[in-house]
Amino acid sequence: MRTYDADVCIVGSGPAGLGAAIELAKHGLHALVVDSNLSAGGQLIKQTHKFFGPTAHRGGVRGMVIADELYAEALDSGVEVWLDSEVYSVSSEMQERMSIEVLRNARRSNSCDTLPIFRCAIKAKYLVIASGASEKPLMFPGWTLPGVMGAGAVQTVMNVERVLPGERFLIVGSGNVGLILAYQLLQAGAKISCVIDSAPTIGGYAVHAGKVQRAGVPLITRCTIVKALGDNQVKGGQIARLDENCQIIESSVETVDVDTICIAVGLKPYARLASLAGCKFGYFPQLGGWVPLHNDRMMTTVENVYVAGDVAGVEEAAIAEDEGRLAGLDIVLKLRPDDVCVRSRIHEVQARLWESRRGPFSSDKHQAKKEIIGHWHGNVAT
Amino acid sequence: MDDDLIVCRCEEVTVGDVKRAIEQGAFDVSGVKRRTRAGMGQCQGRTCETLIRGILASELSKRPDEFRLDTVRPPLSPVTFKTLAGGYDE
Repeated sequence: MRTYDADVCIVGSGPAGLGAAIELAKHGLHALVVDSNLSAGGQLIKQTHKFFGPTAHRGGVRGMVIADELYAEALDSGVEVWLDSEVYSVSSEMQERMSIEVLRNARRSNSCDTLPIFRCAIKAKYLVIASGASEKPLMFPGWTLPGVMGAGAVQTVMNVERVLPGERFLIVGSGNVGLILAYQLLQAGAKISCVIDSAPTIGGYAVHAGKVQRAGVPLITRCTIVKALGDNQVKGGQIARLDENCQIIESSVETVDVDTICIAVGLKPYARLASLAGCKFGYFPQLGGWVPLHNDRMMTTVENVYVAGDVAGVEEAAIAEDEGRLAGLDIVLKLRPDDVCVRSRIHEVQARLWESRRGPFSSDKHQAKKEIIGHWHGNVAT
Repeated sequence: MDDDLIVCRCEEVTVGDVKRAIEQGAFDVSGVKRRTRAGMGQCQGRTCETLIRGILASELSKRPDEFRLDTVRPPLSPVTFKTLAGGYDE
């Protein structure tokens, strides 16, 4: 099996992975990014809307444009990027080197004979895991029917592949993902029956909720999906109101005429690689569930393994990018402990990260991140 | 929860199958996996692991977070033996 050497291997080319790689490459290190997708940018490539926040945080720029900017910056800085490359194993070797085993061309080999699938290994001193998050499932009668889709899947086919997967939609979940998806579906010409949420209040930002409501889409709280109707594909959905004890009010069951049901009930860190690398985890529901413990510079409980972005707790893209930069900078500092400039850059990025979590929507995440850092100290000390 | 509902789509394991595994003594995700193959298919439990923790919690009257993440082993994604054996070389 062919092997490749790198100073740092970064898994995932979303904002966190590219952020880390850019900092590493700008300091003259060989950063190799691997991503199983065919294009770089992670979830950013699906985000056709403009982001909030100050200009320093790329506020006012569309997510998909940020993906292009970061990718261009990475390539200009000398980052090596392997797309269509899936990490299937990782192990530690002698002299603290990681061996990351990768399947290349796993996707393209299906349709292209000149790009055969093969495996190879990357030998690197450090590993940065920026593998993002996966969607939380919701189980109800009919949930496996074609036409029931995760919100992320709908965004991919609609905004990346430019195919509308249905005509009439029911959206389950009123967090930002569900609300933004609703607005994007309207922009693409789809009809939305309603957005429902079992919670007593709307989960996402009022500004997103307002846009959807002004377009005439009902947002119904304390409401759940009972079942998806249809034999071979979704032909409708049954929804019902919930009482104070979250029990279905039988008299409120109604049928909505939809052909697609989008599940947007949240994300959880996709941390299987961190688990395989031996990182310790903690349970933090505010950040999506089980999260690899890390310190205030994104180092896990395994010394040469870092996490950044949604895999380290589900938050915003700007935070993911800064966490990636922080991980990259800390690795630079480990290799060059005397570099005063890197030290001050680390403090700058750390300050910006805590500042980004100051809003009322982020206070629970802020608290959870502090607890993670506390647990990390507890685990590393023992 | 209806026993006929599918929990693991890849291996077509139902809620009833998972409940029976728990009756037979499974007390964590691994135990359910070994008895039913839930989580051993194409997606390697990416979707159903959360659902199985939920069923375990309700059957055993515990909180879902009392069930740790299932042990992860390579390969993280399906690889054919041909590829593993180096069917192609660069």
